[in-house]
Amino acid sequence: MTTLSPTKGPIGEPLDRVDGRLKVTGAARYAAERKPSAPPLHGVIVGATVAKGRVTAIDAAAAEAAPGVRLVMTHRNAPKQPEFGPARIAGNRFQRARPVLGDDRVRHWGEPVAFVVADTFEQARAAADLVKVTYEAEPHAIGLEEHLRDAYAPQTINVGMPTDTEVGDFEAAFAVAPVKVDETYHVAQQHHMAIEPHAAVAEWDGDELTVFTASQTIANARASLAATLGIDKEKVRLVSSYVGGGFGGKLGMRAETALAAFAAKALSRPVKAVQTRRQTFYTVGHRPEAIQRVRLSASRDGRLTGVSHEVWMQSSPVEEFAEQTASSTRALYGAPAILTRHRLVNLDMQGGEPVRAPGEAPGLLALESAIDELCHKLGMDPVEFRILNDTQIDPEKKKPFSSRHLVECLREGAARFGWADRPKSPRERREGAKLIGYGVSAAIRPNYIGPCAAYVRVAEDRSVIVRTDMTDIGTGTYTILTQVAAETLGVPLAAVKVELGDSRFPVSPGSGGSWGAASSASAVHDACLKVKAEMARTDEARVFEATGSVKGMRDTQAYKDFSQYCFGAHFAEVEVDEDTGEIRMRRMLGAFAAGRILNAKTARSQMIGGMIWGVSSALFEEAVNDPRTGHIVNGDLGEYHVAAHADAANVDAFFIDEHDERANALGAKGVGELGICGAGAALANAVFNATGVRARRFPITLDQVIAGV
Amino acid sequence: MTPFTYERASDPAAAARAVAARPDARFIAGGTNLVDLMKLGVERPGHLVDVSRLKLDAIEPRPEGGLKIGAQVKNSVLAADEQVRKLYPLLSRALLAGASGQLRNMASTGGNLLQRTRCFYFADVSQPCNKRTPGSGCAALGGFNRIHAVLGATEACIATNPSDMAVAMAALDARVETVTGEGAPREIPLGELYRAPGEGPETTLGHGELITAVLLPPPPPGRQVYRKVRDRASYAFALVSVAAVVDAADGRVRGGRLALGGVAHKPWRVEEAERLFDGGVETRLFDRIADAALSGARGYGHNDFKIDLARRAIRRTLADAAGDVS
Repeated sequence: MTTLSPTKGPIGEPLDRVDGRLKVTGAARYAAERKPSAPPLHGVIVGATVAKGRVTAIDAAAAEAAPGVRLVMTHRNAPKQPEFGPARIAGNRFQRARPVLGDDRVRHWGEPVAFVVADTFEQARAAADLVKVTYEAEPHAIGLEEHLRDAYAPQTINVGMPTDTEVGDFEAAFAVAPVKVDETYHVAQQHHMAIEPHAAVAEWDGDELTVFTASQTIANARASLAATLGIDKEKVRLVSSYVGGGFGGKLGMRAETALAAFAAKALSRPVKAVQTRRQTFYTVGHRPEAIQRVRLSASRDGRLTGVSHEVWMQSSPVEEFAEQTASSTRALYGAPAILTRHRLVNLDMQGGEPVRAPGEAPGLLALESAIDELCHKLGMDPVEFRILNDTQIDPEKKKPFSSRHLVECLREGAARFGWADRPKSPRERREGAKLIGYGVSAAIRPNYIGPCAAYVRVAEDRSVIVRTDMTDIGTGTYTILTQVAAETLGVPLAAVKVELGDSRFPVSPGSGGSWGAASSASAVHDACLKVKAEMARTDEARVFEATGSVKGMRDTQAYKDFSQYCFGAHFAEVEVDEDTGEIRMRRMLGAFAAGRILNAKTARSQMIGGMIWGVSSALFEEAVNDPRTGHIVNGDLGEYHVAAHADAANVDAFFIDEHDERANALGAKGVGELGICGAGAALANAVFNATGVRARRFPITLDQVIAGV
Repeated sequence: MTPFTYERASDPAAAARAVAARPDARFIAGGTNLVDLMKLGVERPGHLVDVSRLKLDAIEPRPEGGLKIGAQVKNSVLAADEQVRKLYPLLSRALLAGASGQLRNMASTGGNLLQRTRCFYFADVSQPCNKRTPGSGCAALGGFNRIHAVLGATEACIATNPSDMAVAMAALDARVETVTGEGAPREIPLGELYRAPGEGPETTLGHGELITAVLLPPPPPGRQVYRKVRDRASYAFALVSVAAVVDAADGRVRGGRLALGGVAHKPWRVEEAERLFDGGVETRLFDRIADAALSGARGYGHNDFKIDLARRAIRRTLADAAGDVS
């Protein structure tokens, strides 16, 4: 029997990131830093400056004559590509062809209309400025509230969930209830704004293409790029070794990647293309603006008798995206009557895309604000109200939860936060001109697992290589897979080398939907067990290798028998300046139950990051579309505000001890999106507790507060 | 960004001559604003004259009292200067309320005074803007104008001056010292540095006229307070800012200064409002001062709230500066 030296199990330990040193020293190469075999040419995108219409003329003469310019690509000389096709398709939308410069149509402001390639980036940028595009503009529709009458019901919403659901008879319950809430909330358009902009370096070798790009999901981007190029995906190698954040914006393939590949082919030279920050506001999707009506009814003793959540949101006639905004309302509280509806309004903008916690993040802003409104009417502690209305049976699917520790999160969070010391009614606590308020909110997020494969190889010297095309988008994948492999094989952490983000490696579902850690860790775990079993059968000193896998949730019985979610509770303290209405978050605590935690440090970072985004979505984030033009007025990080450090100085999170064996063999669940779910509502509820002003328009800006105090 | 040539000037007059010689030349110091605008195509200089290494980086006491601040003193250095913190805490606070640590390390005193508006439409060459392209119109007027001016604006332009530093300097009666290529020095009261909004240049400086220093007279009597109201705690321009000096003792207000930021194309001082500081113990004095300072204010839709916000911020800041008098 071949033995490995035993070590203390590292799974769950707060191990520092194994790639941390590479990242802080700049040795980790992101897509735009990768070096192809020859120095790349540089491409710059020119975006449309009408929201809808047709390109009637492009004068590229000056650009073509500019120093260093090799190519000005427009719809006239771009390669022939497949049609984009219908707005809605049955299969994986992230793998469909995404033609760029495919025709003379402009479908939204900022859509690429030209691509200028030159020897240097500076030359390409200067020449891009010289391209003169003439448009025939057509009347456009911009503005959700102005176009609500055009709303329609999509066939399904994101991830195939039903558009409308009803359990019990909500209207009947609502009609007779003694205590009710009926309010409408508005959540602004939000953008991913990963710190690394979308980028690609493309190089051809004969008919084979290698692309370094920023991707969350290698298999998606590879398939989409191959379909766009009209070539076999086996001819495409796609590499994303390091990714500077994704948040949903890098689930598929984006324009710069296709354009770099086109130009590299046309010029027989490697080509690099990086989107500008401003361009990413137009080319990678966003969380669509949404209007949400929430109705709640309860008995006087605080039992929910009905919950209704209706959503109207922006979509695009080109590509439909229906964010599952009311979906968490279907499982959060044990009301006998629950109604949810989703409606879309097509506007002449790019379509929506998943943005961290699609559905839950904006939906819980509204639902958890409304619950607080109901608690206020009932005169109930909102923590106790949520505990009273907890359920261990999914109220819609009528199945038990695989694990559900919402009550424990609420109780333990309340104790650690000092909830008992809260101001019980609005405007009760004051420090000078500052009004102090506390708020609470629940968090819920589905737990998913996707089909995943991983390869593990143990060399003669007992060094281990782990390979999967899973990505690390800043979440800590390299680190947790190192921990899982080391513990399962019983080798030191230092013996394990994890290699990710290469289409030559076994296919994973990528980073998205918070399924990455559970899926890839399960596959690595399986591969390690296979290797270990093989090693146990022999005394030979040789190389051992195996490919492990895990099935997706659709093929896993425990996902059919149980409703699988992660849960949590957010507690926030804010101060509001009574004179100026300025809201500042003083401290925030999140309590979460998300199965077995694979790395206490990286998981906590995920939660804190999500919570801070929750602060941003409640207080800062709003992309403003100018209805006259269809352009985004504040499309840069100077004016599209996210929380600065000073806005998020004191944020902490902890996990309830949980091991969910129904989720997977490791007992782990996804944490990437849970932190943002409900976080913003805790802030909004704290603002109400401080001031008595109930803001229902997110972000809550100071003008909403001073109008109310 | 369009190609440009670059030179490093040897002395202020030479720098001024170099810029004056070419209509498309610009001074560059920290570059924290100009380079951004060049990348956006808003500024397209053909030639840059670097003035960051001229020996204009001293902060010196003036014989008659007050300070002379070299135009190339970095914002971070100025904010931390002991004399400034002692004599003009208002200025130090205003500087620290602006930008970020990294930007303050690069930004110069002269450059801060000349930074361009953060109007969204000015910074976007796809949009009409009279300031950028005279005669093209003002997109902010019927557009998203939450951050725009409520005082002194015109139908041609409703942009604001984004500087915090300039608001404090205006309240402190600063003067700007300049030099031209002919070597002729000039002193301009800060209040006269900025032109009324409209088409054409934003300042009264000639092309090639270089700011060499800011002159501060001895501080006025009273307590100095700078209050910046903004959408997030850091790295956001002022929706409204208030620079206040209130001289109060024994329950009486004897004098004071008031300048507003974020509300107009320049730091906004109103003489009629400041005359009221001689108001003794009168109740609601600060309300009356606020009303006078905001006389003629009008909103353009999204920024209507700024008038009420400014009134609230003025009252509060004056009260803070006055201590227990109010």
